[in-house]
Amino acid sequence: MRPNLTRNTTSTMRVIGIETSCDETGIAVYDEQQGLLSHQLYSQVKLHADYGGVVPELASRDHVRKIVPLIKQALVDANCTQSDIDGIAFTKGPGLVGALLVGSSVARSLAFAWGVPAVGVHHMEGHLLAPVLDEPAPEFPFVALLVSGGHSMMVRVDGIGQYEILGESVDDAAGEAFDKTAKLLGLDYPGGPLLAKMAEKGEAGHYKFPRPMTDRPGLDFSFSGLKTFAANTIRGSDQSEQSKANIAYAFQEAVIDTLAIKCKRALKQTGLKRLVIAGGVSANKQLRVEFALMMKKLQGTVFYPRLEFCTDNGAMIAYAGLQRLKAGESEGLSTKAQPRWSLDELPAI
Amino acid sequence: MKHSFYLADEQATTELAAKLAALCSTATVIYLEGDLGAGKTSFCRGFIHGLGYVGRVKSPTYTLVEPYEIKNWRIFHFDLYRLSDPEELEFIGIRDYFEDDCICLIEWPDKGHGLLAAADLHISIEFIDHSRSLTVQANNEYGQQLLSDLAQK
Repeated sequence: MRPNLTRNTTSTMRVIGIETSCDETGIAVYDEQQGLLSHQLYSQVKLHADYGGVVPELASRDHVRKIVPLIKQALVDANCTQSDIDGIAFTKGPGLVGALLVGSSVARSLAFAWGVPAVGVHHMEGHLLAPVLDEPAPEFPFVALLVSGGHSMMVRVDGIGQYEILGESVDDAAGEAFDKTAKLLGLDYPGGPLLAKMAEKGEAGHYKFPRPMTDRPGLDFSFSGLKTFAANTIRGSDQSEQSKANIAYAFQEAVIDTLAIKCKRALKQTGLKRLVIAGGVSANKQLRVEFALMMKKLQGTVFYPRLEFCTDNGAMIAYAGLQRLKAGESEGLSTKAQPRWSLDELPAI
Repeated sequence: MKHSFYLADEQATTELAAKLAALCSTATVIYLEGDLGAGKTSFCRGFIHGLGYVGRVKSPTYTLVEPYEIKNWRIFHFDLYRLSDPEELEFIGIRDYFEDDCICLIEWPDKGHGLLAAADLHISIEFIDHSRSLTVQANNEYGQQLLSDLAQK
């Protein structure tokens, strides 16, 4: 959808979203009626010559130097200017305090300068609502599984701000287990996707990994043991390429199986039929195959955000922030970052 | 001063860590080295639970640092594995983490070389099949006191 150049009226709201909770600097412009107008991630962007010509490679988490050029570029791409913006949403937490403070300071200052409200968004709420950015959007209520390098979490979502954490990882995140096992198999870090590729050459039945925490009730996860199991298995193998592929296969099978068992349990426990899977691990092909089969059997539906919104991004923050601004929420001038913040503390709107 | 401990399983790792936690009496910096899966995070989990924290101690690999407040302590559990350059520590405000009421547990300290406070204790964990050997190097007087008390217990 192309944005038009007419000035916003008060009936429709246009919001900038700013995400700086960890590694990525993500900026987006979202319009209540027209949807997503632009989104930028530093790692993908080729900044225009107007903003400094050739852009040097900046270090991870150097949000300070990335954020302003990205905001300018996001406005240009959305065909609008600061006067079209009705509010600013930023990731307030959880995350790395130094990284969060850059986003919250810039957001709150810009909002003050432009005379618009600013609102702090919970990073995980952004992820939970990301599938709503595309069609077909899942209707509430649904069960969401967030699986990435930083998170493994099962949440019941009844509406915006109505979240019940059903389970989460007690140690490593699922994506982290993928990345670290990949490293143990001699792949570059973070090598989750490379491990999945290696697993395609693997054969079933050579190795049997445990399915952690599936033999007891509850929806918590633990993936640290799988990584240690992989380390021991690799050291005990002949370390040939075929053995490594077989280990990759068995590892991936164990992670997917564990996630599937827990999701099935969560759907049964809640009586819901809609499942959302978000986070970088949801891009795993084999996972999507297994979950399609499972959901068919359960006569339910599985939804995924578009791939670029599975990982950290500004669009999900803009969308969640817009909903909260419309509900009348805003942050005072003294707003701070909130590095530790549980999803179930959020108010419903 | 150096001392090695034989750890039969994960429980032995967390128990030793809890003992060490109970001995800390002032700001403390501990480096932890060892291959992936050796038990560095398990050691930190035992340490943090040993101080009385009851919640989850998640891996800090993604966030780089996980903060905890326990009694009068602020505990920072770092994992610098994902750093590609020590300079990146400046972007997370590393200088603010080494205060008088802080205990810093730092995994993969070599990735932050030059920007970290010096360690009182330097721990390395090695695989011996399914068990582990944990070696503690004490770098100063306070570290030596901690280590000799730990070895006696």
